[in-house]
Amino acid sequence: MFFPISNTDINPIYLVVVGFIIGILGGFFGVGGSFIAGPALRLMGVDWNYAVGTDLAHIVGKSIVAARQHRSLGNVDLKLGLIMALGTIGGAEVGAQFIQALKRAGNVNTVVSFVAIVVYFSISVFMLWESHKTLRSAKGRSPQRLSGVKEDHSAFGPITQKIQRVKIWPMISLPTSGIREISLWTILLVAFIGGIFSGFLGGGAGYIRMPSMVYVLGIPTHLAVGTDLFEIVISASYGTFTHAIKGNVDILIALVMHTGAVIGAQIGVVATQYFAGPKIRLAFVPLPLIGAAIVIYTLITGHKF
Amino acid sequence: MKKQTAKSLRAFAIELAAYSVLVIVYFFLVLHLLGDWLYHLEAHHRYTYAGVALLLIAGQAVVLDTVTTLLFRVLRGRRK
Repeated sequence: MFFPISNTDINPIYLVVVGFIIGILGGFFGVGGSFIAGPALRLMGVDWNYAVGTDLAHIVGKSIVAARQHRSLGNVDLKLGLIMALGTIGGAEVGAQFIQALKRAGNVNTVVSFVAIVVYFSISVFMLWESHKTLRSAKGRSPQRLSGVKEDHSAFGPITQKIQRVKIWPMISLPTSGIREISLWTILLVAFIGGIFSGFLGGGAGYIRMPSMVYVLGIPTHLAVGTDLFEIVISASYGTFTHAIKGNVDILIALVMHTGAVIGAQIGVVATQYFAGPKIRLAFVPLPLIGAAIVIYTLITGHKF
Repeated sequence: MKKQTAKSLRAFAIELAAYSVLVIVYFFLVLHLLGDWLYHLEAHHRYTYAGVALLLIAGQAVVLDTVTTLLFRVLRGRRK
């Protein structure tokens, strides 16, 4: 099938299958899957600028489906999502400015690659340690407390509580997430940092925002996944619009990829119902490592797929 | 429990087949008709293209989500 906007010839079945895989990841983990979609498009000869912009457009569609499904399961905190969207958009602009500065300095590829490897690897190691510790301590608890209830303990809990006790006006409550009081600035800061990574490393940066929501803000994992997807709808829409103006979006490719993502996202969302929070976090561990492996591969071989 | 899983898998397989047929029809009808118009918009009216692109992807998301949910409900309902 010929896609005239990006001037590429791609088998639509390939696009549907890629969309399907990313849809499952998105529905289950609340991530955009840009670390797979970008290279997958590049592999078919799509230019990087189109790969980045088109991936963002596809993320919008996929996240709408997954967020709607999560909302029907009660996994979306709308108030938190809207506040985070503001912080993310601001952070994304700052991240993009860092990229522009590195471009001017002439070392953008090396710096971004090394930052990506360190960030992806750190997230994986931390989540592996935390979820293992939590699952181990859960074994010692009485089975009655665990059965039937979707409990979500975290070994990082005491630090999360300390962060929640930081009293910087204005304080807000998040009843849907079960948080009585938290500073608005804490939420904005978490979203802003996630936005910087989104602008700096590309994609929706769900790989950093979802863990941050769990460990820093203390949001239960299921709610963090759903709310992150809702937030991604807003921030990725903004990204799609700005990229489309710059001529970086082939919406026809995004529409075809998205047909596979719809089914994948539904499967991913339903799957979250069968796993406890720490198990979802443990399953998340390989994802940033895949991203790190891709970056290391491009650094060593010099190939951009 | 195993029976329930098998039933769900069967329903999902039928849903996937029905969905595939719909998607193929969609490829040939909608994308083929929209292709030239979107190419023209992207080349000459970038702001309109950006707005239309967002509307298209959001609209497709809502429509396909509704279609798959309906398909799943119909198949489940028939089995019950």
